[in-house]
Amino acid sequence: MKRIVIHEEHCIGCRLCEVHCLVAHSASRNIIKAFKTERKAVMPRVMVEEDGPLSFALQCRQCEDPSCLEACVSGAMHRDERTGAVICDETRCVGCWMCIMVCPVGAIQQNLLGTHIASKCDLCYDAEMPACVAHCPNEGLTYEEVSEEKAPR
Amino acid sequence: MALSLATASFVIERDESRCIACQVCVRQCANDVHYYDEESERVFSNDASCVGCHRCVTMCPTHALVVRQNPLEFRPHPNWSAGKLRDIYRQAETGGMLLTGMGCDEPYRIYWDHMLLNAAQVTNPSIDPMREPMELRTFLGAKPEKLSFDADGNLLEDSLPGPQLELAVPIMFSAMSYGSVSYNACLALARAATKIGTFCNTGEGGLHPTLYPYGDHTIAQVASGRFGVHLDYMNAVAALEIKIGQGAKPGIGGHLPGEKVSLDVSRTRMIPQGTDAISPAPHHDIYSIEDLRQLIYALKEATQYTKPVSVKVAAVHNIAPIASGIVRAGADIVAIDGLRGGTGAAPTAVRNNVGIPIELALAAVDQRLREEGIRHRASIVVAGSCRNSADILKAIALGADAVYIATSALVAMGCHLCQNCYTGRCNWGIATQDPYLTKRLNPDIGERRLVNLIRAWSLEIKEMMGGMGINSIESLRGNRDHLRGVGLNQVELDALGIRAAGY
Repeated sequence: MKRIVIHEEHCIGCRLCEVHCLVAHSASRNIIKAFKTERKAVMPRVMVEEDGPLSFALQCRQCEDPSCLEACVSGAMHRDERTGAVICDETRCVGCWMCIMVCPVGAIQQNLLGTHIASKCDLCYDAEMPACVAHCPNEGLTYEEVSEEKAPR
Repeated sequence: MALSLATASFVIERDESRCIACQVCVRQCANDVHYYDEESERVFSNDASCVGCHRCVTMCPTHALVVRQNPLEFRPHPNWSAGKLRDIYRQAETGGMLLTGMGCDEPYRIYWDHMLLNAAQVTNPSIDPMREPMELRTFLGAKPEKLSFDADGNLLEDSLPGPQLELAVPIMFSAMSYGSVSYNACLALARAATKIGTFCNTGEGGLHPTLYPYGDHTIAQVASGRFGVHLDYMNAVAALEIKIGQGAKPGIGGHLPGEKVSLDVSRTRMIPQGTDAISPAPHHDIYSIEDLRQLIYALKEATQYTKPVSVKVAAVHNIAPIASGIVRAGADIVAIDGLRGGTGAAPTAVRNNVGIPIELALAAVDQRLREEGIRHRASIVVAGSCRNSADILKAIALGADAVYIATSALVAMGCHLCQNCYTGRCNWGIATQDPYLTKRLNPDIGERRLVNLIRAWSLEIKEMMGGMGINSIESLRGNRDHLRGVGLNQVELDALGIRAAGY
């Protein structure tokens, strides 16, 4: 399946990935509206980790054998058949945070903006390319076919 | 601290209806112009520190930013322009020389813009480069005196040329040292030169060991500081270049501040980490053409006559006899860098007032070498602000074998000519060694953009050559009949060796 590949050597820590992730998951999908009127209801699902010049954008690694899927008590966490992405069905998520506890990379966050559900990358379900990849100015993220053997477990 | 009289060069206009306070501008400005106020949840700007590099403008996801020249106007005075006044305020405050980066920004006449190219009409056919082969390949190096053959018609050895550089296009990347520019910039240039089939130039920074694989497409400089010069370095590359002078700062040396001498730079330059790398103004072993000849032949000996040796000088008043001396000293290539050539750091007064425009220097040198019958003994490479394919074509028609480009190459990689290279805080990740900033230039993207630029220029050059009815760049070289001057006086036309348009 196609996965987001992180190139930390090219991440410049600008956080445009976070900006555009938020927009892509907003109701309006309009950058100005998303930030000015929806900011309290939507959050980015990618996080830039930084330590001095070292930085990289982290989002769900779409593990081959996802611990979050196994740990999910409500069956909200599932693998989408079309894209292969691990997706949290927000209508079924009960916010027990077990997925957050077991995620080996810490890519799942609590969404407490009026809800109480797990927030994670869905590879921008309807788009050809995830927003974070499409808007990275320095190709610090790429979207490529990664073979099963090379995929994170 | 007393009040500074120097007012901001730029003002930043932030459209609050568009600003989403995402703080990308805050994170991207190495000059700390933008800052976020948590209490008001707004981003503010400190205009005074803005250098006009447009990094924030380009990165802003909502296009909320515009950087304008400060509209503040002094009482108009043709002699005392705002820039001159600001310079005096700054110097009165600091007591120091004014430093700057990139090429001369004074409005001296740009002769490229006063020369027009010819095209074939009726009496000779133009050529369609899409249908017919066009040759841009260029060989740099000394050409044989004459051709002589044995009784069977085979070329005799004295008819064979010396070592040559083969260029797929008559465009090379000019000297930019590792130190003045980032490793990623060097890597992008080296990779692009290899891909295009041309050459990049190490400048006086040595060659990083990881760039040796690109040595076949690298020209290595030997300059007055001899930084990073050793036998492996000389053997790793395709040609050597003795740097006497640079167009942006003729007559003065170089100074890489200690802050830019990182561990890697220090290893490559073979100097202690954190120490200033000071290139002396002269080569202390070159005080005459005879001394230059010694160094040229020392380098040829060291590399066993397998590589052409270039000598790079700044375009100055007596450039024609200087070039003649260089050719007679044994140089295979004479590189001339004009007034508008760029630099990582130079005193503003020197950059803006010393040297002559490359167009005039090139015409004088080509003419002089022809008159002396030694034009074949060396190739002429010109540097100093070829901004587009037409400038390059005009340079070749004036007599250049190839051109060096550097400012255009940096612009291709993102440079916005803010002229602050000397501060080491290049927001585009080019003229800096700060690991936080150098990451901003992804060498893959840099390489791609450089290759694209040269490809685009090659297409344009072929198109214009075809229009002139010429199918080989060789046929255009020194063919000044294909140039006409507009808006030039007779002295300038004579200096350029071209006729006025209409004649």
